[in-house]
Amino acid sequence: MANNGKPKLATTSLAGCFGCHMSILDIDDRILKLVELIEFDKSPVDDIKEFTGQCAIGLLEGGCCNEENVEILRKFRRHCDILISLGDCAIMGGIPAMRNNIPLQECYAEAYLNGPSVYNPAGQIPNDPELPLLLNRVYPCHEVVKIDYHLPGCPPPADTIWEALVALLSDKPVDLPYELVKYD
Amino acid sequence: MSDMIQITIDGREIEAQPSQTILEAAQNKGVYIPRLCYMKGLIPHGSCRICTVMVNGRPQSACTTPVAPGQVVENNTDKLMALRKNIIEMLFVEGNHYCMYCEKSGNCELQALAYRFGIAAPKYPYLFPQRDVDASHRDVLIDRNRCILCGRCVRSSRDVDGKHVFEFVGRGPEKRVAINAEAKLSDTNLEVRDAAVEACPVGAILKKRVGYAVPVGQRMYDHEPIGSDVEAGAAK
Repeated sequence: MANNGKPKLATTSLAGCFGCHMSILDIDDRILKLVELIEFDKSPVDDIKEFTGQCAIGLLEGGCCNEENVEILRKFRRHCDILISLGDCAIMGGIPAMRNNIPLQECYAEAYLNGPSVYNPAGQIPNDPELPLLLNRVYPCHEVVKIDYHLPGCPPPADTIWEALVALLSDKPVDLPYELVKYD
Repeated sequence: MSDMIQITIDGREIEAQPSQTILEAAQNKGVYIPRLCYMKGLIPHGSCRICTVMVNGRPQSACTTPVAPGQVVENNTDKLMALRKNIIEMLFVEGNHYCMYCEKSGNCELQALAYRFGIAAPKYPYLFPQRDVDASHRDVLIDRNRCILCGRCVRSSRDVDGKHVFEFVGRGPEKRVAINAEAKLSDTNLEVRDAAVEACPVGAILKKRVGYAVPVGQRMYDHEPIGSDVEAGAAK
């Protein structure tokens, strides 16, 4: 892909619900301004699966609940100059982290054996080598790699994402107003 | 009045009544000292340490320290702000604070303080402790995942309601708010209109069936930081 000298932006959803990505899209027609400022690299927005080069900014949705999340997160750290934890799941584990004080065995048993809607006569728990292994608990991104900025919210408002990206791309400090930094 | 006391807070002269604490005297003159375990009408507890100020060079909790003539109080200094911010961050990591679905979100004093101090993420590792929920009562529930051990329910129940429904048990990380019954909250004489139910600054003690009544954007701390009302009083 042609680069046109524009900085690249990568995004990913780890253990998230894609709500933060919906909030990225919620910047509405400003996305046209955004693609003047940056070029999307690895991201669900353009469906590029692998990094094509070094990116200026990486947006991370979700925390780490399995080994694949950790691998992708580390890949993002290697390929992005600035990493941003986007949303409460990336920052503190969020809803997936509600399993953090339940033993992993019990989580599996509830999901595949004992849950009220489970039909699993063979009593098998998925164990294919293709499937990424779950971690013992869900980890916030900054407990796995260094994170440069945190944008809280569930999801962070589109204005929060927009203001932060514009500030970073124009070499200004990310100084968000009171109303744009919220935890819900 | 001749029996008024003069103190200074951050270099500003403040006149106080002899019976006042530093926090009350400051509040009266439009100076906000951040606090969590303090609540008007309750006996100050001095336990959260967020209202820590320097009094004549020594750290003291502003909610328990009485004013004295000539006191030199520091409140809004970088060092104290950093200390308070650290305490708030520690409160977030040592409980399970899931703001995204909490009924108290937007009206929560802990969350509001974090907003005021501009905390985007705590610098400490999350502990994800094992805590329990007691929703046995018809009208009230207690979710200890969100409890910050401020003791406002303990004091309200004891001193305002005259009931002793709540009390602290255990020490250190095991410390928790227990209830005055063999087993469940429903076994106590707690009522939904008790002051103890209103006293909780976070979402640990909640009334049932009234959650999310106020839409996002109209809640207490959606637009103005906590303490703004106190500081607006200074302009008068």
